Amino acid sequence: MTGALLKLNGLTKAYPGVVANNNVSFEIGKGEVHALLGENGAGKSTLVKMIYGLVKPDNGTMVMNGQEYVPVKPSAARQAGVAMVFQHFSLFDALNVAENIALGMENPPKMRDLAARIKEVSETYGLPLDPYRTVGDLSAGERQRVEIIRCLLQDPSLLIMDEPTSVLTPQEVDILFETLRKLSAEGTAILYISHKLEEIRTLCDNATILRLGEVVGDCIPRETTARDMAEMMVGSKLHVPERTGGDIGPVLLELNDLSVPSPAEFGTALKGIRMEVRSGEILGIGGVAGNGQDELLGALSGELLTKAGTIVLEGDDVSQMGPVGRRKLGLLTAPEERLGHAAAPDMSLIENAVLTGSVREDLEKNGFLKWGKARTFAETIIEKFDVRTPGPGNAARSLSGGNLQKFVIGREVLQRPDVLVVNQPTWGVDAAAAADIRQSLLDLAAAGAAIICISQDLDELMEISDHFAALNEGRLSEIRPAKGLTVDEIGLMMGGAHGMEVAHV
Amino acid sequence: MDFSSINPVLLLASLIVAATPLLLAAIGELVVEKAGVLNLGVEGMMITGAICGFAIAVNTGSPVVGLLAAAVGGAVLSMLFALLTQYALANQVASGLALTLFGLGLSSLIGQGYQGVKPPSFPRFDIPVLSDIPFLGPVLFTQDFIVYLAFFLTLGVWAVLKYSRAGLILRAVGESHDAAHALGYKVVRIRVLAILFGGACAGMGGAYISLIRVPQWTEGMTAGIGWIALALVVFASWKPWRVLLGACLFGGINVLQLNLQAAGIAIPVEILAMSPYVITIVVLVIMSADRSRAPASLGKVFHAGS
Amino acid sequence: MIKLEKRPQPSKAWTYLTPLLAVALTMIVGGALFASLGKDPVVAIKTIFWEPLFSEFAFYYRPQLLVKGAPLVLIAIGLSLGFRAGIWNIGAEGQYIMGAIVGAGVGLAFYPMEAFYIFPLMVIAGALGGWIWAMIPAFLKVRFGTNEILVSLMLVYVAEQLLASASLGLLRNPDGHGFPGSRNLRDYASAHNGDLIANTGMHWGVVAALIAVIFAYVLLNRHMLGFHIRLTGEAPRAAKFAGVNPSRLILICLGASGALAGVAGLFEVSGPAGQVSIDFNVGYGFTAIIVAFLGRLHPVGILLAGALMALTYIGGEIAQSKLGLPAAAIQLFQGMLLFFLLTVDVLTNFRIRLAKREVA
Repeated sequence: MTGALLKLNGLTKAYPGVVANNNVSFEIGKGEVHALLGENGAGKSTLVKMIYGLVKPDNGTMVMNGQEYVPVKPSAARQAGVAMVFQHFSLFDALNVAENIALGMENPPKMRDLAARIKEVSETYGLPLDPYRTVGDLSAGERQRVEIIRCLLQDPSLLIMDEPTSVLTPQEVDILFETLRKLSAEGTAILYISHKLEEIRTLCDNATILRLGEVVGDCIPRETTARDMAEMMVGSKLHVPERTGGDIGPVLLELNDLSVPSPAEFGTALKGIRMEVRSGEILGIGGVAGNGQDELLGALSGELLTKAGTIVLEGDDVSQMGPVGRRKLGLLTAPEERLGHAAAPDMSLIENAVLTGSVREDLEKNGFLKWGKARTFAETIIEKFDVRTPGPGNAARSLSGGNLQKFVIGREVLQRPDVLVVNQPTWGVDAAAAADIRQSLLDLAAAGAAIICISQDLDELMEISDHFAALNEGRLSEIRPAKGLTVDEIGLMMGGAHGMEVAHV
Repeated sequence: MDFSSINPVLLLASLIVAATPLLLAAIGELVVEKAGVLNLGVEGMMITGAICGFAIAVNTGSPVVGLLAAAVGGAVLSMLFALLTQYALANQVASGLALTLFGLGLSSLIGQGYQGVKPPSFPRFDIPVLSDIPFLGPVLFTQDFIVYLAFFLTLGVWAVLKYSRAGLILRAVGESHDAAHALGYKVVRIRVLAILFGGACAGMGGAYISLIRVPQWTEGMTAGIGWIALALVVFASWKPWRVLLGACLFGGINVLQLNLQAAGIAIPVEILAMSPYVITIVVLVIMSADRSRAPASLGKVFHAGS
Repeated sequence: MIKLEKRPQPSKAWTYLTPLLAVALTMIVGGALFASLGKDPVVAIKTIFWEPLFSEFAFYYRPQLLVKGAPLVLIAIGLSLGFRAGIWNIGAEGQYIMGAIVGAGVGLAFYPMEAFYIFPLMVIAGALGGWIWAMIPAFLKVRFGTNEILVSLMLVYVAEQLLASASLGLLRNPDGHGFPGSRNLRDYASAHNGDLIANTGMHWGVVAALIAVIFAYVLLNRHMLGFHIRLTGEAPRAAKFAGVNPSRLILICLGASGALAGVAGLFEVSGPAGQVSIDFNVGYGFTAIIVAFLGRLHPVGILLAGALMALTYIGGEIAQSKLGLPAAAIQLFQGMLLFFLLTVDVLTNFRIRLAKREVA
């Protein structure tokens, strides 16, 4: 490390009703791997958007290499040597790899030359890529490579990575870290954004911790325990969900050789999935995004119909039944996408309570809705699940992610399902809300329901599951008891490194 | 019935004349849709272009100035659509319909007093040597220059979309405006420019009808050609060359049915007159199986803050 | 620089204010347009909005309001159901024509017999005619995923040709000395949709429109189907998750709007228009689109918007004869109304702020 590359001095950015960043200062040295640690909503994204020129700070300055740095737009940031790998990929599905990379460059060379350089750079860093493949057909890990290569082609002096490992298997994470260490050794600074403490401890030289938009501390991760960092990040002692441990009972849901093509253009077909879930059991299903999770939830919710006999609920074949019929029988689901799938953004919480609750909560009679009863149901969810909102008449989109997720999970849990399927129940949710949601799933299982929890958060799955399996390219791995599984074993169940090679450093 | 009155050379030459306004409007709309915007106001922009071009051509005596005025008129009208959808974030379907209703009213207001007037005629442009080729010469190379303009416009749009950086950015914006925004591209500005281009093309297409194809002004004279142009873009799966093919096909059907009417064939006039619309529906049904090529952000509202 | 900021939830106040604001803006800009045509804008606006209601000849104009408003409201109510669900039937004009042809055809088939059941049969036939015409795009969309906007619109042109064919051929008045057009239904008591109370303009179409408004109100606010319609429009994926069958919804929404447009056509052709003729349709099917949006796709709003639009029709005719204002200016005026409405609609979901220039 030879002096500071980028210095942030008192950066402040306020949005109406919320101060996203308040007087944030820290510095990143040349070749340093610097972690930016914080919960969802701590202001990490706003901060990197300011560095990348997507958002202009209200106050404060930045200094790069001793000179004032005022990026007015992303291309100015790129010219100054700042490159960014986005959390939600900024890729174009219908275009090929080379076209995607050209779009992220200021003066791209001719397509043929660019393709040659992509091959060369990607192989140097152990991230092989075919420049002519359509991006929509790539796996999540490969898509991330496209972004990384796009950044590397510009010889950045600072590489920003926003939650890069959330889409990778443990083996793929290892490959990525090799690449990042190599870059760091060559003098590229890396700003690494994450809330995963162990990763930061393995990879990063320094860490700055953000909470509610302010810097609350910094540390050298290798010398700090994960628990201390977590407490700095959350600001209070974490409530760890407890299992009271109900008895495992009879099989409630059975999937027999379930295969179904994806309704989405770049989706993943499900292939020959078999499983059994018992009363009182939580089955955790891991896997990298885009390996059939949405399709599995759709097949279970009834949005996607499958061949007769493939889904059996307590002895009834429900494969050909729509969502309403399955709800009637006790199979409830909560999809990943809160706004637009699990809930209608512009509709009130009362109306959103009707959305799935009409059958089991008796909210309609001869097709006519009982609005009074629906309001009571919504109010019950709000109260029991501690949903923060001025009232049930408010639109779903006015709630924060965590509160809306509590509402969505609460809506299903309070309908006393026999089988509950959730997809990414705590994605983008703050730690306190996540703990509440996990606890409610554990309580439901203890009361005798069977639960399938699809998630990309392995820590979450290990915390609450009795059994674990992983989705990989639409296939389900063998189902194993969650206790005693090692990270390596889990990684192999998720598909290992998907045939990618490790960087030859 | 007298089929001998149908001369294949004239038939093909008039096919090209019938195809040109469709081609112009559709190639403009193709660019708009490639940028992720669905402008259903093509009919309104065409009819506005038709009267703007007609009025200016009559008043200046110059059909070329008229044609330019038509392009400007179409673009100005499309600017309203751009303001509505890109700045006021209005629903694109509703805004497009509004544009058509507005354009029909505006054109008939401007058109007061131009009914029955004859516009200055357009100079024909016989390409030397080529126009002397038997059969092909009179069909392809003795047209007015707008026919060639439309052809080269198609060629240009194809080349720009396929090979240029500007085309790549346009397609990227149409695929995912959020990703394009994250990379720092000015989504709204790019879309507004595309909309204006589409408006100008539709305006010229309209003027081609009022100045060359008919040539006179009557209210509502575009008679659904703008809508057929929209269908053509779907038919072409957003590919410029297939737009050209489709325009010739629809132009051909139209010319054929007019010739059959003139020839007094034993099919009722109404059936012949409705045939282009019925065939459009049939083609739409056939093509709707293949929707994979539609730009992914087509018709979606973009707001940078959300 | 002006910046838009998304509201946490839609503003209730602006939902009601935007249509009024749009009307006010249209009056201002429309007035400027009339001024540019050499008419006194104040007089012109007053002629359009005041004279039909309160001038000394208002007794003549007021019934006309019902006559013009009824078909607009009937069609717009049907369209609004689909528009709410994101199903775009813009071919109501064609369904209106087909309802008129089929309904009048049934009535004329009974000529000259007089019976009480003839008119009800005509109404049913009119609804069926419009319904079938709307089922074509509905079926094609459900079965092949064909775009309903383009198909329903193409069918308008087809219906116009069928209308020409009917009034020149099949339905032509045998006693009409070769003139195009059917028998005049006003001269055929069993098939005539006359004023229920003399000189009020109150015909069966008005009654049907009021029933449709009430029915749509109950459907949208109290019934599961209405909830599903709204849900599909707001969040199609959530609707599927809730258990809505999109195909069924398409068939219902397009079918209902077609049937309503069909009966509107029948009431018009058997009453105010009197006969099937080449140009009996005057574009209600398109103006109803404006009415539906101006009424914010809400049944009561549509009732008010239909009345307002009828006012501009009648006021426009008065202005045409008294001030020489061209008919096209009124058409433009109506188009402008939709434009302004869509523009100011942004205020419902967004707050406008004057802000420093923001990057990107």
